[in-house]
Amino acid sequence: MTRTVLIDPVTRIEGHAKITLHLDEGGHLVDARFHVVEYRGFEKFCEGRPFTEMAGITARICGICPVSHLLAAAKTGDKLLAVAIPPAAARLRRLLNLAQLTQSHALSFFHLSSPDFLLGWESDPAKRNVFGLMAADPDLARAGIRLRQFGQQVLELLGGRKIHSAWAVPGGVRTPLSAEAKAWILDRLPEARATVRLALDLYKRLLDGPLQREQRVFGDFPSLFLGLVGEGGRWEHIDGTIRVRASDGTIVADGLSEDDYHTFLGEAVEPWSYLKFPYYRPLGYPDGMYRVGPLARLNVCDAIGTPWADAELADLRARSGQVATSSFAYHHARLVEIVACLEAIEELVNDPELMTGRVRSRASLNRNEAVGVSEAPRGTLFHHYRVDDDGLIQKVNLIIATGQNNLAMNRTVAQIAREYITEPVGPDATIPEPLLNRVEAGIRCFDPCLSCSTHAAGQMPLRLELRAADGSLVAERCRG
Amino acid sequence: MSVVTLRVNGQEVAVPAGASLLEAARAAGVELPTLCHLEGLTPVGACRLCLVAPEAGGRLLPACATEAAEGMAIRTDTEELQRYRRMAVELFFAEGNHVCAFCVANGDCELQDVAVAVGMDHSRFPYRYPHRHVDASHPQFALDHHRCILCTRCVRVCDEIEGAHVWDVAMRGSQCTIIAGLDEPWGDVEACTSCGKCVDVCPTGALFRKEDTTAEKHPHAERAELLRRAREQHQWSNQ
Repeated sequence: MTRTVLIDPVTRIEGHAKITLHLDEGGHLVDARFHVVEYRGFEKFCEGRPFTEMAGITARICGICPVSHLLAAAKTGDKLLAVAIPPAAARLRRLLNLAQLTQSHALSFFHLSSPDFLLGWESDPAKRNVFGLMAADPDLARAGIRLRQFGQQVLELLGGRKIHSAWAVPGGVRTPLSAEAKAWILDRLPEARATVRLALDLYKRLLDGPLQREQRVFGDFPSLFLGLVGEGGRWEHIDGTIRVRASDGTIVADGLSEDDYHTFLGEAVEPWSYLKFPYYRPLGYPDGMYRVGPLARLNVCDAIGTPWADAELADLRARSGQVATSSFAYHHARLVEIVACLEAIEELVNDPELMTGRVRSRASLNRNEAVGVSEAPRGTLFHHYRVDDDGLIQKVNLIIATGQNNLAMNRTVAQIAREYITEPVGPDATIPEPLLNRVEAGIRCFDPCLSCSTHAAGQMPLRLELRAADGSLVAERCRG
Repeated sequence: MSVVTLRVNGQEVAVPAGASLLEAARAAGVELPTLCHLEGLTPVGACRLCLVAPEAGGRLLPACATEAAEGMAIRTDTEELQRYRRMAVELFFAEGNHVCAFCVANGDCELQDVAVAVGMDHSRFPYRYPHRHVDASHPQFALDHHRCILCTRCVRVCDEIEGAHVWDVAMRGSQCTIIAGLDEPWGDVEACTSCGKCVDVCPTGALFRKEDTTAEKHPHAERAELLRRAREQHQWSNQ
């Protein structure tokens, strides 16, 4: 009889999901699936609302990366107004997104993922979390928390609040950066840099030591990578154009506009998950699997453009390949992106254009349809609105980073399960927790945000199901 | 000027004849919550937040729309009144679709303020989630019926101050709604002078400027009284 092992809920991610491991009649692993079990319906209930509300509404999708939705919505609003935003506003928005990337990556690395690396895959699950990290290495935990706080504080200095600010609006932003806020940022930057230096040194020692197997088996497979690039192919996070690069380094497509996303992205659905399965349309489904997010941004760009970040990018490429194909490298990519963000923040706050002139362009509705894009911490985010002549939303499509990684996340889970479940699993056998944790950790590489991607409250708890060949549930194990 | 004397919560106050119980309460230093009432506009007693209890018993009275009488004695703070006020606010929230998180009026909303004032932290009544719509046909302003509490300030300010009478009330009960003109899209109503007074006096985010995004509405409800007094006292003319 076949079985399905259920991991439900998956812990230390944002949102609710489960993993099923499917065993055949001989107890051999045949498949693994990552199911997103929450549904939110934002695309539907935004219909009929004024487009000017979209930034405020969609920011509420998520408490971790509201800024990403805010920026994508504001950029879509810019296009509906058909205005060019003032130069200071463009820089202020960039600063906002850099702070957002910093705080979100710090959360993913220090709070959610580092307990696995630093406390061990086999450690007590009750203590394998940020509180366990505080007990084991209080200085590192404090530094990580303060790094996230730095990013959050910059968000508050700009938008008036850390979470769910509505500061970015169609046409620009609401308020400029104050001189006091600028001084605070410059004052705290050295500490933030020291923390990411500490984390990189520590993480590289782990990569050279106990994490070698993980790099090889946590989702190492060829795929496309998609992300924004700026002028000259530089690392980009809010403006620029879309580039698609293959694992062998070939640039498959370049200079793509978000306006044409429907020509190169398709969205498939599967009956077992609320999360859609976007794919690169020219290669069809599911061959058009692509990855987005920090690793994809580093893979598609030619250079970052700031000295320390470029040195770290070169180191990442030396370790993981010119195009890093292991999903485990997402963790490393996050740290490199924090470096890039801190350097870019320093450049921006010293840019005289940041503090000058208008910050908002005013106009009425001038277009009925627009697509906006931004790089969320987890990857490329598309907002597509169609409005009537009064500016009321008729149709919304949100393509979320986590959704775009869906195919790759499923492949990662399956690869890890195959690596660690090599013996047939008997009908009454249980699967040890450390193995389940590794399967979960495969998902954590992507730092998925399911609250966003299914358009949750709470944390991500883990359920593992064991299913028979006929699909019936034989056993399950829950925690969280 | 003749004066009437009455007691508010046991305290004697004297107010000009013709003053309302709301004015008498204020003269006694008692602030009653209000939503439909606005200085400068005719009182209608629609929201029932300013209800007071006659010490002699009998039905509760809307203070804004009840004239103070000689020898009256009222209480403004009984447990029953506090319960009713909170219930009335809860019903406002349950009746419409009030989502403060992304509302244009968030942080500068009289409905929010009275919810805080009466100690409402949730609604005990199930939300109705009515199907309503947004009228954004006017080039500058929009009316979001989801957020309308039918206070009729817009109706009164347009009729009594601007003199255009664009707004009125149609239907009854749960179907009751504000309409523009002869139930037309606002943008089609030729009588509208686009003065924006209705937006200024709206206590919630129902009426707003179209360029306003979340929490960007800053109403000017005081303008109704300012305009009425200026007109009565010919402040802006040589007459």
